[in-house]
Amino acid sequence: MADVIKTATRDAYGKALVELGQKNDKVIVFDADLAAATKTGMFKKEFPDRFIDCGIAESNMMGVAAGMATAGYTVFASSFAMFAAGRAFEQVRNTIGYPHLNVKIGATHAGISVGEDGASHQCCEDIALMRTIPGMTIINPADDVEARLAVMAAAEMDGPVYMRFGRLAVPRIFDENYKFEIGKGVYLKEGKDVTIIATGLMVERALQAAEKLAAEGIDAAVINMATIKPIDKDIIIDAAKKTGAIVTAEEHNVIGGLGEAVAAVVAETTPVPVLRVGVEDTFGKSGPALELLEIFGLNAENICAKAKAAIANKK
Amino acid sequence: MDANVKKQLLLDAVKIRKGIIEGTFNAKSGHPGGSLSIADVLAFLYRCELKVDASAPKAENRDRLVLSKGHAAPALYAALANAGFFPVEDLKTLRKSASYLQGHPNMTYIPGVDMSTGSLGQGISAAAGMALGSKFSGDAFRVYAILGDGEIQEGQVWEAAMFAAAKKLDNFVAIVDNNNLQIDGTVEEVNSPYPIDEKFAAFGWNVINIDGHSFEEIENAFAAAKACKGKPTAIVMKTTKGKGVSFMENQVSWHGSAPNADQYAVAMAELDTVQAELEG
Repeated sequence: MADVIKTATRDAYGKALVELGQKNDKVIVFDADLAAATKTGMFKKEFPDRFIDCGIAESNMMGVAAGMATAGYTVFASSFAMFAAGRAFEQVRNTIGYPHLNVKIGATHAGISVGEDGASHQCCEDIALMRTIPGMTIINPADDVEARLAVMAAAEMDGPVYMRFGRLAVPRIFDENYKFEIGKGVYLKEGKDVTIIATGLMVERALQAAEKLAAEGIDAAVINMATIKPIDKDIIIDAAKKTGAIVTAEEHNVIGGLGEAVAAVVAETTPVPVLRVGVEDTFGKSGPALELLEIFGLNAENICAKAKAAIANKK
Repeated sequence: MDANVKKQLLLDAVKIRKGIIEGTFNAKSGHPGGSLSIADVLAFLYRCELKVDASAPKAENRDRLVLSKGHAAPALYAALANAGFFPVEDLKTLRKSASYLQGHPNMTYIPGVDMSTGSLGQGISAAAGMALGSKFSGDAFRVYAILGDGEIQEGQVWEAAMFAAAKKLDNFVAIVDNNNLQIDGTVEEVNSPYPIDEKFAAFGWNVINIDGHSFEEIENAFAAAKACKGKPTAIVMKTTKGKGVSFMENQVSWHGSAPNADQYAVAMAELDTVQAELEG
């Protein structure tokens, strides 16, 4: 059996920017002194004249990106999630979100899997922050294939998009036939007992959990929910009706993320038990990424436990 | 300066001031003080400086104006109305729920507004981005941002100042409305930004100090800004907060409060007198 291809979604982001740059000379990429880490450096190498380094000044970068967008350019602004969504939240809210400008935020190093840099850089709040901005689209791809397609789709649509990428190399899930559409969740596995709705690197872990559950006689469906806003209500309602129990899985605080987005849809339309796997409202810490994912319960075992609990909670 | 042009500018300025009073009086809120202090520079910008066309407010290569001190929206709206972007009559709807004239500038709804602002310190970055966009489009247009002297206490202003100089945005002019007053007192008492000119100079800007109520000095400053290559220009305008309405001048209390009916009548009578004299 061939080795599984492992790529960080940030790498796919960098490559996709180059691909976009070749097709569209209106694409401009901004970074804040992190081009090597966010992988916008790939674009910089190919198109140095269309790459602007703003230095360590993310608030200004978001404003500059907004102004540039009003001049008819498709702007990608990149930094770590902590600074793109965190430090520059109000700039994104007021200068990009409020006028609904065509700025694509490429936020890398999201979540606990940043690893050794520790809690100051492990942003588990970005989805929550971005979800509250009216008109913001949020995409959290699961692998390199989806990350590339997300970048292409973001460039095609008009309006602000927050794309969430990871530092850690993750296994490829999708093949070349995969069709990505903003706002659409995708069943990766059908099932009848419980549905696991996962996003980002938790999709791989959701699939692992479904296998483990199958070994115990539990038939779990798995949905990949790359777009967190606008959330795909139809697929959530479908899952709630078909399986009557839902577990969400995300590398983000359980507050404000995918889990709450799913729970809101379920509570308002098709009440069934929803249990959330995520970072339990705590800060991260230093350590190897894979070890940290275990420590913080972002693994198949925890998803399985929550799945069984959700099933037990069915009426 | 040509006498006819100057007379026209004086008329524009008094009409803008009347629009500010009209808007804030009807809204029963808003920021007249810092609006009145920029009425003269706005009059010059819309009559003499900006390449804009009221009939094509989104024209690709128009010059851009960003009111970074967004709370002075009544002045911007009055200037836009006076320049024909929308009816002067609409100024009376300022801040009303059925109006497009939002409390702070909104580029989505309001013709002629180039950037939504209001959160201080952010407009200058967006304006720098526009100037960069102009550079990418072959230096197609010039960009102007108006900042408050209190606003420059925001750190983002200096991020933007560093950026604009580093990227050599010589198509970019930042106008600092130095009326010396902010909500909590004088800018010195609160958190002194002085010396403003030396700070911008240290950040690599071409800096020009002027009297912000002298059309001759305003004209010369914009000409010097255009002539300066390789650097953005900061025009630091000494102004009087509340300028043109006697009881509002240099009174910090008029930063964010509207005139009542009696005050409105006095203010309008003063401005009407000035207008009548000009119209002779």
